[in-house]
Amino acid sequence: MLLAALAVMAAACEKKTQPAPSGEGGTQAAQGQGAAPGGAPADANSILLGQVGALTGGQATFGISTRNGIELALKEANAAGGVKGKKLSIRVYDNQSKPEEAAQAATRLITQDKVVLILGDVASSNSLAMAEKAQAAGVPMITPSSTNPTVTEKGDYIFRVCFIDPFQGFVMAKFARENLKLNQVAVLQDNKSAYSIGLADVFTRKFTELGGKVTAVESYSQGDTDYRAQLTAIRKSQPEGIYVPGYYSEVGIVARQAREVGLKVPLMGGDGWDSEKLFELGGSAIEGSYFSNHYSPDNPDPRVQKFIADYKAAYGAVPDALAALGYDSARVAVAALERAKDLSGPAVRDAIAQTKDFPGVAGMVTLDAQRNAVKSAVVLKVEDGKTQYVTTVNP
Amino acid sequence: METPAIPVPEARSVVPASLRGLLPVLLALPVLALFQWLMSDAPFASYLLSVVGVNIILAVSLNIVNGMTGQFSIGHAGFMAVGAYISGVLSLNLKDIALSFLPVAVSDQVFFVLSLLVGGLAAALCGFLVGLPSLRLRGDYLAIVTLGFGEIIRVVVQNTDAFGRALGLSGIPQTSSPAMVYFFVFLTVLVARRITGSSHGRSLWAIREDEVAAEAMGVDTTGYKVRAFVISSFFAGIAGALFAHFVPIINPGSFTFVKSMEIVVMVVLGGLGSTTGAIVAATFLTLLPEGLRSLFTVLGAEGSLAQKVDQIRMPVYGLLLVVLMLARPQGLFGTKEIWDVLPRWIPRKRRGLA
Repeated sequence: MLLAALAVMAAACEKKTQPAPSGEGGTQAAQGQGAAPGGAPADANSILLGQVGALTGGQATFGISTRNGIELALKEANAAGGVKGKKLSIRVYDNQSKPEEAAQAATRLITQDKVVLILGDVASSNSLAMAEKAQAAGVPMITPSSTNPTVTEKGDYIFRVCFIDPFQGFVMAKFARENLKLNQVAVLQDNKSAYSIGLADVFTRKFTELGGKVTAVESYSQGDTDYRAQLTAIRKSQPEGIYVPGYYSEVGIVARQAREVGLKVPLMGGDGWDSEKLFELGGSAIEGSYFSNHYSPDNPDPRVQKFIADYKAAYGAVPDALAALGYDSARVAVAALERAKDLSGPAVRDAIAQTKDFPGVAGMVTLDAQRNAVKSAVVLKVEDGKTQYVTTVNP
Repeated sequence: METPAIPVPEARSVVPASLRGLLPVLLALPVLALFQWLMSDAPFASYLLSVVGVNIILAVSLNIVNGMTGQFSIGHAGFMAVGAYISGVLSLNLKDIALSFLPVAVSDQVFFVLSLLVGGLAAALCGFLVGLPSLRLRGDYLAIVTLGFGEIIRVVVQNTDAFGRALGLSGIPQTSSPAMVYFFVFLTVLVARRITGSSHGRSLWAIREDEVAAEAMGVDTTGYKVRAFVISSFFAGIAGALFAHFVPIINPGSFTFVKSMEIVVMVVLGGLGSTTGAIVAATFLTLLPEGLRSLFTVLGAEGSLAQKVDQIRMPVYGLLLVVLMLARPQGLFGTKEIWDVLPRWIPRKRRGLA
């Protein structure tokens, strides 16, 4: 009886002619446009934006820097008269670095607060969860610093103002091979982070392509405190450098323990290193290491220097790259709102998509057809407890 | 040890008393339909209520083990993860397939229920494998084994490409609806309630009070414990599977030890052994941060105060628990149930459920 029922079911299975109505972002967007285009703010004199970020938890400095950057940009925009004669305000929700919380916060921003636009999270998993909701509701979203390629693939309402993971892996591979002239490099990746794995994969491929050799690939999990086993294995493979595309909280300890097990070679990494905490945790062990980043505070460009001065005055610290990207994302958003013919979702989306050669503090922002920013990366060196600009690598 | 323990829950809830057993389900369906209709254009409420529903299922199912049987399992998020990932992968693979004799929406729901059951059964199987060796022993072994199990699952997921590794699994068809979530909430509560009233439940209670005495009275302690554990895991798997179908991306970060502890907290707060308590505590603890968010947004200046709320949430949790445990060591409801109290006022209606 049961078998017969199963057989009938199996026979009845066939390819769908069209995607499931509630499955894909594309069809949902079409529905979203008709049903709830953006949603005008309740208060006629202000435009409400939303931000979801990790304000608590292990990556809290990222979320807070981003928030400060966005706040600064909006303050400036309001001082200059706001957008279309209206003041801008922002509502910020914490997501505790959990995707379900991010989705919940994004839904709340969209349906309860009726924000015009959402500024996304730093961590890619959380941005992905938000992107799904934003795309379905037809509310444009800009992520300041989610570098995973899949985020903007969610749909045409999702944008980013930073480069994507493969590019950072590419930059460091090129830099290690061409500037540092390394032949043998080991990789130590964070298995718990998609970001780290993404960077490590591209680095390995590109470095091998350029004629180098990856001697060992070891991994750890975010939150580990002892890396000696992996580092000893790496030492055996005799590399001339180690690529550690993790977050500052682990990298600092990795650096110390690498020196302990007798590894004297330079470490290399990505923008996850970018935090004042890195120098505290790493101390002298992190000296002489390199990492790729979105921007450098040493950039003499007056626009960058003004941003740094303003940020320092407001928050008492030198802005890191995440603050710069948060600032850029908010300014791109403000410029787009100004350009958009009205504040509906599709109009704002089209305005953001037109962003071209926008002078951000973290490089010129031009959004390509995939809604990713095309821009250059900088390589920084750690010297005397601070970062030193080394070179710029173009796409 | 009879293996058919796994599909027991539904059979147990529906079959025994022919039509009378079906009555609660028949009563629930129109209520759920109405509920779904009310929720249809409130995405935030649906999302929040779905999360609440999933937490209720988790708390009520954990209560079967931690409350009724007196064992201490702290790996419930692990079983939830099994359900979420197995059903998520299944749904991803079945995404482009439809049953030709049904409209697309209906066939999606058929596949959704199918993947829910598969997720639940996979979790139940894990529960059986974990429970059988560790429940033969007395004492805290179960806590250690379930803790290990939860971590193993997380590490496995993190290192398997098919499960999306650290980034998580996205693109799972979002076919869940509040009505579906609450149908399973209802089913879980029904099963929990039926267990309490049955001879099975009495045996579990005996084990909780004194395992040696229970064994001396002829209770097959290992058998009962394993069955309770398998049922509990099954519903944790269902909860995970539901979760995977309304949260856009599932990622190992959602199924950590912290999540397991959250569920334990719900059960303890509600009162070990009280299904009603588990429901109330799960609802309260899930809505609390969201409620605080609303409150502070209304009260505070734009952004400033509201942002602090989540940062004090965990200390508030802890403080609340300490206060509660001092004031009411047996939890909010102790071992009482709402249906123990209600019949005094409405005796006739409640009898239909018994």
